[in-house]
Amino acid sequence: MQFGLSESQEILKDNARKFFAGECPMNHVRQLAETGSAYDADLWSKMAAQGFTGIIFPEKYDGLGLSVVDLILLMEEAGRALVPGPFFATVALAGTVIDAVATDAQKKEYLAPICRGEARSTVAEFEAGAGWGTRDGGKTAAVNGRLTGEKLFVPDAEVADFLVVTAAGGVFAVQRNAPGVTVTPMPAMDLTRAVYAVRFDNTPAEKLGDASSMERATDVATAALVAEMVGGMQRILDLTVEYAKTRKQYGKAIGAFQAVQHQCADMYLETESSRSAAYYAAWALDHDPANAATAVSIAKMYASDACRTVGNRGIQVHGGMGFTWENDLHLYYRRAKASETMLGDATFHRERIARLVIDAPGAQSQKLHEVCETA
Amino acid sequence: MDLNLTAEESQFRHELRGWLKAHVPADWNAKRDDPLETRFEYLRTWQRQLFEGGWAGISWPKQYGGRGASLMQQVIFWQEMALAGAPPMANALALGLIGPTIIAFGTAAQKQRYLSKMLSAEEIWCQGFSEPNAGSDLASLQTAARREGDFYVVNGQKTWTSYGWIGDWCELVVRTDPNVPKHKGLTVLLVDMKSPGVSVRPLRQMTGESEFSEVFFQDVRVPVENVVGEVNQGWEVAIGTLMHERGTFGAGLQIIYRRNMDRLIELSHEVERNGRTAAQDPLVRQKLAQCYAEIEIMRLNQMRAFSRISVTGVPGPEGSIQKIFWSELNQRVQQVAQELLGPYGQLASSSSYAVDKGAWAYGYLRSRGNTIEAGTSEIQRNIIGHFVLGLPRSY
Repeated sequence: MQFGLSESQEILKDNARKFFAGECPMNHVRQLAETGSAYDADLWSKMAAQGFTGIIFPEKYDGLGLSVVDLILLMEEAGRALVPGPFFATVALAGTVIDAVATDAQKKEYLAPICRGEARSTVAEFEAGAGWGTRDGGKTAAVNGRLTGEKLFVPDAEVADFLVVTAAGGVFAVQRNAPGVTVTPMPAMDLTRAVYAVRFDNTPAEKLGDASSMERATDVATAALVAEMVGGMQRILDLTVEYAKTRKQYGKAIGAFQAVQHQCADMYLETESSRSAAYYAAWALDHDPANAATAVSIAKMYASDACRTVGNRGIQVHGGMGFTWENDLHLYYRRAKASETMLGDATFHRERIARLVIDAPGAQSQKLHEVCETA
Repeated sequence: MDLNLTAEESQFRHELRGWLKAHVPADWNAKRDDPLETRFEYLRTWQRQLFEGGWAGISWPKQYGGRGASLMQQVIFWQEMALAGAPPMANALALGLIGPTIIAFGTAAQKQRYLSKMLSAEEIWCQGFSEPNAGSDLASLQTAARREGDFYVVNGQKTWTSYGWIGDWCELVVRTDPNVPKHKGLTVLLVDMKSPGVSVRPLRQMTGESEFSEVFFQDVRVPVENVVGEVNQGWEVAIGTLMHERGTFGAGLQIIYRRNMDRLIELSHEVERNGRTAAQDPLVRQKLAQCYAEIEIMRLNQMRAFSRISVTGVPGPEGSIQKIFWSELNQRVQQVAQELLGPYGQLASSSSYAVDKGAWAYGYLRSRGNTIEAGTSEIQRNIIGHFVLGLPRSY
């Protein structure tokens, strides 16, 4: 048993950190935050050249064929750097769903261009009256290969070349410029990942597969999102500890006061615990499918609460500085709130955990012995 | 990253599981509520059995009668002990803390004299660390030892001494030089609890039990060969002991929490709430799921920490998050249990209406001690702040 990273995983993570630090420093993040779509074509090409856009997809579709754990490490570093734009939407959401539900020919058409960095995409799932995880597609319906309905909180829809849409009757691919597609910004807290309302009005669509096959893909995306949240928490913690060491009041660094120190200690506990949960969820998705859904929901549940409290504590320790526009904290804090709710908040995932562990009486007791067979 | 057990680890688990299946006494649950003395002799007999089976002191090197188990094997040991519902070992402090300290700092003669009787539970050990005026600030302790010929003469008082009432020997931290900074004047002594001048008074805690004692030392003579490590370098020895306190034992604790959780889920299907079972109540479901998830995260945090120790060889101060995590989590779980059971949660074992023989009432009260014993949550947060995050010392 070894719950640490392998040497190649350490290298991947380290390279990603250096890449984002060089190509996407905070002043660049701030510039992109002013643009609405927060998309930078040049950065996208460089990320594709690193192989990031095909990281977990099969080599036959021009991917790198790496594991979910590798994706998680990359996402953690993207989160630390607050990388703006459609990477999460394209790779973690759309790519994994296509990989899970589509035919070989469709993967060549849709997944391979994603891997090569030629196409951006997203998943349109959430709609009014039907939140996350409603696999029946809500009210959006397909009639004779044409979609009608409205999806909300669709990340990065504006810059997507095509959208993956859940609807009654399956999962569909829709070209961004197809007739009847209307993309309207939903201006929100997060300035670095834009969300949109997307209307389909008798829009031609190609069925990729059944929504029932996308459960695992959504779990991979959720684990990736948690990892990104962990990276953000780590950055807030680092900034806060640094500030507590340098800011002086009453003649000493404020980090010498226990009221401040204990806030930092709790941030550390919450960040590390989220990281443990994210890494395990990723590992389970690769190696322990029977427990993966629970592991993913545990991770998203915990991190959804933790990313909010870590942000709260970080701003509090920064005092007035933490409340300014000029300080970077609020950019992370905004992302954290968006990520907290995306793909289900803590309340959503607690209910999912309840369904998995309470509604199957006896199952959890049997599993106690199995728990020890791994880890 | 590979969370599967290696073939060797699986083999170890298999062998241990088989042994426990054949040896764990079936009547332990009935014996739990026996009077302290009877219960203790029962645990002594159980440890003797483990010793004879080669399972006592598994972390100890083979040359000292231990099993020389790897860190993961120790983790497996505590998991399997908990899974099998095995009784605890009588000489827990000796096996987990004091023995390893003597192995690390003791003389050859001390090792020869004390270690094997620790393993067999022939001699029970207690730990004389905390004092009425030295709790979190342990280094300010006042119990004094002055040299007289070949003896140290000890005067003072210790408190919160686990196993004080039954202890044959005590690992005692004393002040041997009052004229130097507080960390520099301490020495660790091995004290025979039957020495003239030692008196023990049980300390009754809020649960009604007496797990701990107060121990008084009046002109107690301790031979100089009973010094562990160097004179006036007892702080290093004591810290060495306390580092073991954050060892692999927590792996078993996690299993016990998980078992409590499984029981709460079971109870939620039986308890009625507003015309339906508690398991169908959305609010109860939220709370149970939160507890379940945190108990799982406790396991994952432990596994990450153990993995790191198995690579670096030393337990780091990151252990502080484990202590905060398990202690505060147990308080939350116990509170959820109280909410689930309503007024029944308060019933003592003597009530015929009590759920699970009053275990939840006891667990709720006992959990208040969790965030105090073995380093308060406040001290653990100080340790994280200073030693992990590099913030300035606050005291």
